[in-house]
Amino acid sequence: MHVEAMHIPDGFINAPTSAIAGVIAAIGIAICLRGARKQLDEKTAPLAGLVAVFVFAMQMINFPVAAGTSGHLLGGALAAILVGPYAGALAVSVVILVQGLLFADGGLSAIGLNIINMGLVTAVVGWFVFRAVIKMVGISRPAVMGAAFAAGFVSVPISALAFVLEYAIGGTGTVPVGTVTVAMVGVHLLIGLGEGIITALTVGAVYLTRPDLVYGVHDRLPKPVVITTSPVVQKGVTP
Amino acid sequence: MPSPHQHGHDAGERLFVHRHTRIHSLPAEVKVVAMVAFIFTVIATPIEQFWAFGVYALMLIAVAAVARIPATVILPRMLVEVPFVLFALLMPFFGTGATVNVFGVTLYQAGLLAGWGILIKGTLGVVCSILLAATTPARDLLLGLERLKVPQLIVQITSFMLRYTHVVGDEMNRMRVARESRGFHATGIGSWPVIARSAGALFIRSYERGERVHLAMLSRGYTGRLPELTPYTTTSADWTTAMVLPAAGLLIALTAWWIQK
Repeated sequence: MHVEAMHIPDGFINAPTSAIAGVIAAIGIAICLRGARKQLDEKTAPLAGLVAVFVFAMQMINFPVAAGTSGHLLGGALAAILVGPYAGALAVSVVILVQGLLFADGGLSAIGLNIINMGLVTAVVGWFVFRAVIKMVGISRPAVMGAAFAAGFVSVPISALAFVLEYAIGGTGTVPVGTVTVAMVGVHLLIGLGEGIITALTVGAVYLTRPDLVYGVHDRLPKPVVITTSPVVQKGVTP
Repeated sequence: MPSPHQHGHDAGERLFVHRHTRIHSLPAEVKVVAMVAFIFTVIATPIEQFWAFGVYALMLIAVAAVARIPATVILPRMLVEVPFVLFALLMPFFGTGATVNVFGVTLYQAGLLAGWGILIKGTLGVVCSILLAATTPARDLLLGLERLKVPQLIVQITSFMLRYTHVVGDEMNRMRVARESRGFHATGIGSWPVIARSAGALFIRSYERGERVHLAMLSRGYTGRLPELTPYTTTSADWTTAMVLPAAGLLIALTAWWIQK
């Protein structure tokens, strides 16, 4: 059995709430676009595009759990740590847009809801948790992996809480909100554990070989030493 | 059965079913607006009006018939809804108020109704998405999004994603083959570090590919905008044709509300 992240289908959350979520998601994406352009300039499209492909591919990698069950990564926190919150959120949001528009995974009317829960919330929460932990424990491979674990772990139940909020506002089901909260948060604490471990291991692997590609630590890495071999003696420098 | 028309170039193209029908020839942005408007009328319909959903289903079957998309294409793709079918089946066990007894199991009436609502609205939504993807090539869909004033950058990111999904997917498969040919067999949590290391390598390769793609684009004169390669014009006849679906949907939704009152 494979545990799938459930995208909200049509008709699960009522029409007004879905429409308002669409507007909020659009505003969130507009903010991410501005931020990503500042960070990546005209590189934004190819890089965020390839990160979206990576997230999409990661969701297809099976991580076996036990007794024939397996799960996969949501990837919001991972993308945010690796390429920054703006480009990360954009990449995951585009994945959700494509899944809804082309693969019928998540309703057309629920695209806004799904983008908020799985794209924006996971990336933003993941980013802030990662940065906060790094600030506290400094920077080393175990510290980076610990921060990545915390980011992945926390992002999933918070994303579930965003769903609970939407369900409380406009849910069409008869399950009481209290029950939904307990069930969703409970299950997602468990899923979050897996998300945290995979996020930590993946960030750890990238950090080992290309620490410069972990955007979450970009301003804390030692500056590379620049050695120039010029025959001309520079002005003001006495040999 | 793969027809010679179903040659796939990227992720979206494989979903497209090539036909020459009025629905295929409608511009993408018209179809997107029509489908989204239609599905909003569906989800706004009170679930007690069972007949309305029968009519909605018949309307989508009619669209599929006009577009000549066979059930053999639509039904297998509907498997994507299995998780929420399971969720909808849980609904009758929760709720308050009146209950019914079915084969000795106590079910809540309100829950039964809510479960039915989630099931039918979700199913109609899934069929809408399938029809949209089957009648619109992914490239046109992107062009349509651009015409709907979706920011250029989002459209570009999406187009990169669609174009490179198979490249990166193939890369991932090669890494899996390499792992397995060295005797690796994923069994449980113990094998996560190995898979995660591959994932890390996959990220580095994807990112570096993004950098190479960017440089290749710069050397071909990229300035941040992509040229529109297949320009087309949208006529008011296109809009009128496409709006038949949501207009009929609105009529049914309003009738349903009127009866409900």
